[in-house]
Amino acid sequence: MAMLEVRDLNVFFGVIQAIKNISFDVNQGEVVALIGANGAGKTTTLHTVTGLLPAASGKITLDGKDLAKVPAHKIVSMGMAHVPEGRRVFASLSVYDNLKLGAFTRKDKKEIEDSLEMVFESFPRLKERRNQVAGTLSGGEQQMLAMGRALMSKPRIILMDEPSMGLSPLYVTEIFEIIKKIKSEGTTVLLVEQNANMALQVADRAYVLETGKIIMDGNASDLMNDERVRKAYLGA
Amino acid sequence: MGFLSNLINGISLGSIYAVIALGYTMVYGIAKMLNFAHGDVIMIGGYFVYLSSSKLLHLPPVLSVLIAMVACTILGITIEKIAYKPLRKATSLAVLITAIGVSYFLQNIALVIFGANPVTFTSVVSIPAIKLFDGQIVISGETSVAIVVSILVVIGLSLFIKKTKTGKAMLAVSEDKGAAQLMGINVNKTISITFAIGSALAAIAGALYCSAYPILQNTTGAMPGIKAFTAAVFGGIGSIPGAMIGGILIGVIEILGRAYISTQLADAIVFAVLILILMFKPTGILGKKMVEKV
Ligand SMILES: Nc1ncnc2c1ncn2[C@@H]1O[C@H](COP(=O)(O)OP(=O)(O)OP(=O)(O)O)[C@@H](O)[C@H]1O
Ligand SMILES: [Mg+2]
Repeated sequence: MAMLEVRDLNVFFGVIQAIKNISFDVNQGEVVALIGANGAGKTTTLHTVTGLLPAASGKITLDGKDLAKVPAHKIVSMGMAHVPEGRRVFASLSVYDNLKLGAFTRKDKKEIEDSLEMVFESFPRLKERRNQVAGTLSGGEQQMLAMGRALMSKPRIILMDEPSMGLSPLYVTEIFEIIKKIKSEGTTVLLVEQNANMALQVADRAYVLETGKIIMDGNASDLMNDERVRKAYLGA
Repeated sequence: MGFLSNLINGISLGSIYAVIALGYTMVYGIAKMLNFAHGDVIMIGGYFVYLSSSKLLHLPPVLSVLIAMVACTILGITIEKIAYKPLRKATSLAVLITAIGVSYFLQNIALVIFGANPVTFTSVVSIPAIKLFDGQIVISGETSVAIVVSILVVIGLSLFIKKTKTGKAMLAVSEDKGAAQLMGINVNKTISITFAIGSALAAIAGALYCSAYPILQNTTGAMPGIKAFTAAVFGGIGSIPGAMIGGILIGVIEILGRAYISTQLADAIVFAVLILILMFKPTGILGKKMVEKV
């Protein structure tokens, strides 16, 4: 049994079907990439997995537990965190308060402090700016905050929606280094990216989404050498 | 001296508006809706104070106000559960019309239970008047208590929001409900808490308002309600300091307008100032642009 299993998922916006019968697995300890062009349905997929959007049909399970009846706010305490598209940090709150909100459902005060130290170690820039209002951070810093905030929940699996979007190459490298670090610490990652090149470099496996359908899947290294993938997503 | 006296009375009335406006502004900030029934909760609060302090139970004033706060808290949570929660995904116009419906419902329930005849409200304030400048200025106990209580309320509320986990959850929900849920924050519960706090404040405002204007009937909450709403918009809806500033300004404009321009036109002046402010600064004095997210 995979950690996260999605089976025959269908999602609609009104009459428009954004997700068409997709199925995929994320196994414990893996980094799985979900790549696809604008509007392919990547964000919709992640939103449905964490309960922000309702599924029309299909089944989503985490550690074998059906998520259909689980409200969105109960997901994070089951061990699944979501770094949403566009960062969505709480702009009027400080960096510190944002991070503390990441640990909202945790009760272990001392361990929360430990997590905070770990996040500050991974993102020294956040430590320097701990009292700064999040809305005044740069885009890259906000992305780090969004990732740090998700890590504060001590997740076993973390969903990331285009963490590299809009960032300069230096930041992109930094973000992908962090993803590698997260993986090396044993956390499972489902990574949504348009930057297929980078995504396939860190991922173990990948799925290719096109207008709501999964059209290809396989090992990241195989996909990287696939002629169609290279043409469509790697600009080769 | 007359001016100073009017100014103090204006600040005092405005302090009561501010306490009511806090309820409007918090509910707007978090649930993104205008709860037009909020003013009528003041009236219900007034009746609970009246029943427990003078009519039925003869309890001490502070205890009566506490009873009214508990009653209004329950009422506020119930209104939200029954009338507004089912409309979470409805258009804002549908919610607005429902809120107006709830407002009339409360007024009519009060009419059925308490009758159409106004009752004389016994002030909950027993501290003596303060005399300044050899008695040229007399500040009634009601006037000073309203100011002190509203200052305490604003400080208490600000500390609650800034320092507690629940307060921060409220800020998170007001900014981005989706992201708040990803943190594990229960949005429905947070909205419920907001209504609870707003309604408890309405009970306090009811006790203060009826103590200053001691005639209580089923429509008593309507006028202070609409003026406090004006104050909330004036200060920038969604902003707590804005509600405070807006409330005091509206109170001062009303009392000075009544004293120096026209008794009949005082209310019209209040709304004219609102329209002017909104023409030049549509988001109110301290308001900021809000971005809505899924
Ligand atoms: N709230 C909505 N209402 C209607 N249609 C929507 C809504 N959100 C997304 N869609 C549509 O669903 C489809 C999938 O959108 P989605 O945001 O999941 O794409 P994406 O793969 O994340 O794209 P991008 O890379 O640009 O972020 C698109 O056609 C989009 O227009
Ligand atoms: Mg997207």
